[in-house]
Amino acid sequence: MPIIEVSPRSETIARERPQVVNDFSIQVATVNGSGSQTANLVLMRSIFQMGVPVSGKNLFPSNIQGLPTWFTIRASKDGFIGRKKEIDFLVAMNPETAREDVESLEAGAAVLYDEPLALDRLRSDLHYYPVPFDKLVAPVCPQPKLRKLVRNMIYDGAVAHLLGIDLEEMGKALFKQFGPRKVKAAELNWGAVLAGADYAEKNLTKTDPYRIERMDRTQGKIIIDGNTATALGAIFAGVTVVTWYPITPSSSLVESMMGYLKRFRTDPETGKATYAVIQAEDELAAVGIVMGAGWAGARAMTATAGPGISLMSEFVGLGYYAEIPAVIVDVQRVGPSTGLPTRTQQADLLSCAVLSHGDTRHPMLIPASPEECFTMMEDAFNLAEEFQTPVFVMSDLDLGMNSWMADPFPYSDRPLKRGKVLGVEELERLGGFARYRDADGTGVGYRTLPGTPHPAAAYFTRGSGHNELAQYSERPADYIRNMDRLARKFESIRRAVPRPEVVIDPAASVGLVCYGTSKYAAEESRHQLAAEYGLRTSYLRLRAYPFTGELTDFLERHARVYVIEQNRDAQMLALMRMELAPELTAKLRSVRYYGGLPIDARSVTDEIVLQEGL
Amino acid sequence: MSTTAAPPPKAPNLNRIGLELSSYKGGKSTLCAGCGHNAISQRIIECFFEMGIPPWQVAKLSGIGCSSKSPAYFLGQSHGFNGVHGRASTTATGAVLANRHLIAMVVTGDGDTASIGLGNFMHMLRRNVPCVYVIENNGVYGLTKGQFSATADIGSTLKTGEANELPPIDCCLLGIEMGASLVARSFSGDKNQVGAVLKAAIAHRGLSVIDIISPCTTFNDHDGSTKSYAYMKDHDVPLHAVDFVPYFEDIEIEMEEGEVREVVLHDGSRLRLRKLDRDYDPTDKLEAVRAIHASYARGEVLTGILYIESAKKTLIDHLNLVDEPLATLPESKTRPGRAALDEIMEELR
Repeated sequence: MPIIEVSPRSETIARERPQVVNDFSIQVATVNGSGSQTANLVLMRSIFQMGVPVSGKNLFPSNIQGLPTWFTIRASKDGFIGRKKEIDFLVAMNPETAREDVESLEAGAAVLYDEPLALDRLRSDLHYYPVPFDKLVAPVCPQPKLRKLVRNMIYDGAVAHLLGIDLEEMGKALFKQFGPRKVKAAELNWGAVLAGADYAEKNLTKTDPYRIERMDRTQGKIIIDGNTATALGAIFAGVTVVTWYPITPSSSLVESMMGYLKRFRTDPETGKATYAVIQAEDELAAVGIVMGAGWAGARAMTATAGPGISLMSEFVGLGYYAEIPAVIVDVQRVGPSTGLPTRTQQADLLSCAVLSHGDTRHPMLIPASPEECFTMMEDAFNLAEEFQTPVFVMSDLDLGMNSWMADPFPYSDRPLKRGKVLGVEELERLGGFARYRDADGTGVGYRTLPGTPHPAAAYFTRGSGHNELAQYSERPADYIRNMDRLARKFESIRRAVPRPEVVIDPAASVGLVCYGTSKYAAEESRHQLAAEYGLRTSYLRLRAYPFTGELTDFLERHARVYVIEQNRDAQMLALMRMELAPELTAKLRSVRYYGGLPIDARSVTDEIVLQEGL
Repeated sequence: MSTTAAPPPKAPNLNRIGLELSSYKGGKSTLCAGCGHNAISQRIIECFFEMGIPPWQVAKLSGIGCSSKSPAYFLGQSHGFNGVHGRASTTATGAVLANRHLIAMVVTGDGDTASIGLGNFMHMLRRNVPCVYVIENNGVYGLTKGQFSATADIGSTLKTGEANELPPIDCCLLGIEMGASLVARSFSGDKNQVGAVLKAAIAHRGLSVIDIISPCTTFNDHDGSTKSYAYMKDHDVPLHAVDFVPYFEDIEIEMEEGEVREVVLHDGSRLRLRKLDRDYDPTDKLEAVRAIHASYARGEVLTGILYIESAKKTLIDHLNLVDEPLATLPESKTRPGRAALDEIMEELR
């Protein structure tokens, strides 16, 4: 049987197109639960170890086993690690989706596939590499039970050969992935990699233009998912009480946290835990325990996703009004309702900003990278305790669950900001305190912790109306004074949140505003707009809400500003309309993607080009 | 539950840590005259005073409703947290995790516990969170003007004459089944029993659920109500006479063998249960459940210590928490050093 069905057209492509080095995307289409994740991470890590900037995105169903799943690896010599719209190299392992997967490719793409699928009959403008996986797996994996898992490693070997990935790097990646405790399993899988590589070498002739070549752009970097980074950020920021209710995509955050807590937060002298992790019965309890713990002085947090946020609403309002520190990580997924639980979106901005009934306002920190997931947890705890209020950390599924290349995290030895907490000595000196009186113009009053051994320490926390002395009050003047102070406090928070990242092009009249994981598409789109359309743009990435002066300056400076986000209703733009002057928000344009995949640069560019009339 | 403060010279109106009763009082009650909750507040004040517990060691937590307002009316020198409806179980859990030395006391109602917060209550039971959980149970919603609650008995009527047809939720049965380590029922009108049960609960290490029938004089004290003063006077059947002997009082009472069951609590205090009509073993879970069901059949309300398991592991034990409060651990204990971060980063390279 001929290995490649050579059509005249594909030959033309192979000859005319120059080699494409370190700048393409690989997509692996498999079945959920088939163990392909390990093979995909090994492939990704091998490219990373070749020094090529890389990102890996897992597109998976809300299902344990059996539904289609896709893993996309992007190699980018220029360091663009957002999702690439086009797939250049497809590994088709799933019979159910193979036809559609192949049909959606652009001409000239390569397809490595399970031979019996006979995908080469579908189109003639692609490069085909059939591999008989079942035949190859039997000799390297004697146990039939394990073959389903091990056969995935065969494509790693074949792809490595075709793309020029150093097998030695793949070996290192594989043994690292399995870890020192699973050497036997690693060896079994390594055999499959070698079988795949060997088969490819002897039977496949490369016709596609894609190649990986060694670079030095990943030196010193790490690979980590955002949830693990957030977990580490919390641990190094001194978290002591953690609650959760399992929900995709935030579960892995607390799960990875538990491992690290046990390792690094067990008191060496006593062997006891300096932390408490509670798997709650629901998100109401998760946030309720956080409120109780924060009230009693612990650094307390919970992690959840949209449906959990909805359930937490009442307690968050209490936290705002009774002024209780809390950190809530929202790893956003696609809503409304159950939505698409395993797909990504930035669509909880509006609900979190004003979560709960009545007049409320909550600060949100918006990380865009694992580094920021790490550093912003310290920021979040500091803000929560300094300003005695719930703080949201708005991650998303793309950031939280996918693997990212990142710089090693900076160690912080800045003292933690624990806020205005009076102890016995201060109480002795002051003789007492007014819990809800603005202590210094910041809108923040002094608090005491339960258990403080002083007769003047106690105060009564309540979600009902209260005066400065924390006494029950329904008096209009007390209510207004309190609410106005809370508004003042929010202004103080505005001065304390992380500032945006701003890049001004003095020649640009168009600006791009983005936040969170839209960063990658926005940055790459800027590059495309300049290179392909000659459109120069400035750039501002929001890192927090409330907005700061940088945003106002940016809007004043530019004629038109595109707000790039991953939701249908332009939620960040709507928040800007709520807060900023109409003459400024009149300059705003909206670029949205909300299909559930990570936003890609090409879609952003196309939309801006359309709106600009270029 | 103990204090290390040296006992000052004892004056007649001072307790063993030198505080007056007034140090344990709270604000003026805004509940109705004759409300059972006010009597319970008074018992709480007396108990903490008599046990000589510093008020600052206590954290009062509640939900929403008449009962949940009452923490403002006792222990004014204790921190209070009147949170959201039905969730005091969660805020109390959080407070105890943050500071394991607090004596957490939830005072809440049947609406909070048996309806809106039932799920959270059940999980607090499972966890045996160290806490005194008092249910001021009157069978109605008072602040919303007299609707049935989930603890209303079948056949009990509203003021309008409407009869309840749905079976009641018995929070004591739930407590016994789901893991509370001390479960008691009492009646706000029984001053001695409420006091002794409260003291036992305060001394107990673990979760105490105390369901106190506490009549609502405005909406549920009429003929036809099974939560009225009159009904309770006729139907309250104490299992035993409850005496609490604190660890700091060395009292030996001569008692005939078989007349008393004694349970030693965590702090060395003793719970003495004197036999009345029958012998009752409060450490026997099945016996407790059987006794409660049998009392329904007889139309009785059994009161007293229904169940106790004094050495049961608490949430704090399960979590293996350090002895110091998590809330005030120094940064040296809560922030791993630079070497730890370097180690993790190396693993991720």
